[in-house]
Amino acid sequence: MSADTPSRVRTELDYAGAERLTMNMGPQHPSAHGVFRAILTLEGETVVEVDAVIGYLHRCHEKLAETLAYVQYPSIASKTDYVAAMTSELAYVMAAERLAAIEVPKRAQYLRVLVAELQRVASHCLWLGTWCMDMGGALGGGATIFLYTIRERELVLDLFEKLTGARLLYGFHQVGGVRYDVPEGFADDCLRTVALIEERLLEYEAMLEDNTFFLMRTKGVGVISRELAESVGISGPLMRASGVDFDLRRDAPYSSYEDFQFRVPVATDGDCLARYRVRMIEFRESIRIVRQILDGLPQGPISSRPGVKAVAQVRVPKGEMYTRVEGPRGEVGCYLIADGGPRPYRMKWRGASFSNLAVLPYIIPGHSVADVVAIMGSVDPVFGEVDR
Amino acid sequence: MVTIADMRTRLSGIADVTVGEGDSPLTVTVPAGSWLTVATLLKEELGCTFFSFLSAVDWKDDGLEVVLWVDNSDARIAVLMKTRLGAGVSACQSLVPVYRGANWMERECFDMFGIVFEGHPDLRRILLPDDWVGYPLLKSYDVDTPYPPYR
Repeated sequence: MSADTPSRVRTELDYAGAERLTMNMGPQHPSAHGVFRAILTLEGETVVEVDAVIGYLHRCHEKLAETLAYVQYPSIASKTDYVAAMTSELAYVMAAERLAAIEVPKRAQYLRVLVAELQRVASHCLWLGTWCMDMGGALGGGATIFLYTIRERELVLDLFEKLTGARLLYGFHQVGGVRYDVPEGFADDCLRTVALIEERLLEYEAMLEDNTFFLMRTKGVGVISRELAESVGISGPLMRASGVDFDLRRDAPYSSYEDFQFRVPVATDGDCLARYRVRMIEFRESIRIVRQILDGLPQGPISSRPGVKAVAQVRVPKGEMYTRVEGPRGEVGCYLIADGGPRPYRMKWRGASFSNLAVLPYIIPGHSVADVVAIMGSVDPVFGEVDR
Repeated sequence: MVTIADMRTRLSGIADVTVGEGDSPLTVTVPAGSWLTVATLLKEELGCTFFSFLSAVDWKDDGLEVVLWVDNSDARIAVLMKTRLGAGVSACQSLVPVYRGANWMERECFDMFGIVFEGHPDLRRILLPDDWVGYPLLKSYDVDTPYPPYR
């Protein structure tokens, strides 16, 4: 770059306290929860403009899906949102099933709900720990709560390991049902784990909600209005913390969610604290659903189709379908266009984190630099899903 | 509260707009010229305030199609709106004035399909590097297209 290009021109600062500073945050920033770069324009300590740079983790999932058969892609789908792999797989297989009118046995539907809710618990554990660690040492000595929540998340991952043999990316769902049935004694392990987590939630709350620093850093910070929430298309706990009473599990039930009793928490403040409160209730509602499933898990087959033997085994008739599931971060959707062959013609992945992150440029300006990490953590982005 | 029947009547009353059979979602096909006006109507009059996603499909010789999914979260009605840009055309009206979520989604469409959204305040690549050549989600873009790592 030659010296006279505009970006090299040095601006004289007048030291009147009115100069603007451009600060680069990321892509390798500990609070970025992945690879995210924010170019902040500052006036003193206050952010006046945010340019969010994403795409560092882009793997072109949508192009890849066009080259992979319906039986191949589900295990790749789990790599979009790798913190909640169970829900991402579900969105894709549901789209193929609905287009091809493939029945899913009741037992498989219940198992899908079981893993989705356990996944929500695991994902929220990770969110709470990392978010509190971002906000720093005042919250019980830095990494304390992070280590606590990771300890609990491990217990859920142990359950997944017993079920599928994997701890992060499962390949549990397949078109027509699920791949693995619950092993002997799984229900007891599961109940023990959720009971323990439910008890520990009280400890987290005691640690955080009596902590003045926590309240100072979250109350009234990063307020998202209802109008902004809907217009940007944020979803899940974020949207419900802004007063939108919408949950796909209740309002557009899939996979037999209509059989279970649960509450949908809604808060109206729209700040970081409201998002925290909504998620803390979601923890408990997920545990409630898990208990209901284990109480009445129906007998029967776990898949309506034989095990995968050939790539072209599943053929989907011509058509289009958009299916969406309520993931831990919100609406995970798969818009699938089939042309009758063994592979989709086009697949659009609607990542919840992509839309959730798009709200940052609207809410961060006006806050201090320290609040940027608090707000970003409360959004709970997973960059595998943002960049796809 | 708006019902599906109200929506159907209101939308099919507009010239050149066709409303599909199904109710979930309500599929609306509009000419490219009315893309912005119908979207505005969906939001302002029919309460479809929740922006879910905007994307595109490459129909090879038939050209590009832009799709939009919005919800009326009170009445629980989902709307899928589509428009065909026509063969060889890659320009479309921007929905950023109506839905703020369209900002990043349209940038992604520009990045992947090369669709130029007229009226977009900040149309640049979002997921791929700024110096990327080509638009990967077009059917004419081969999966094996080499990308030289050193330049």
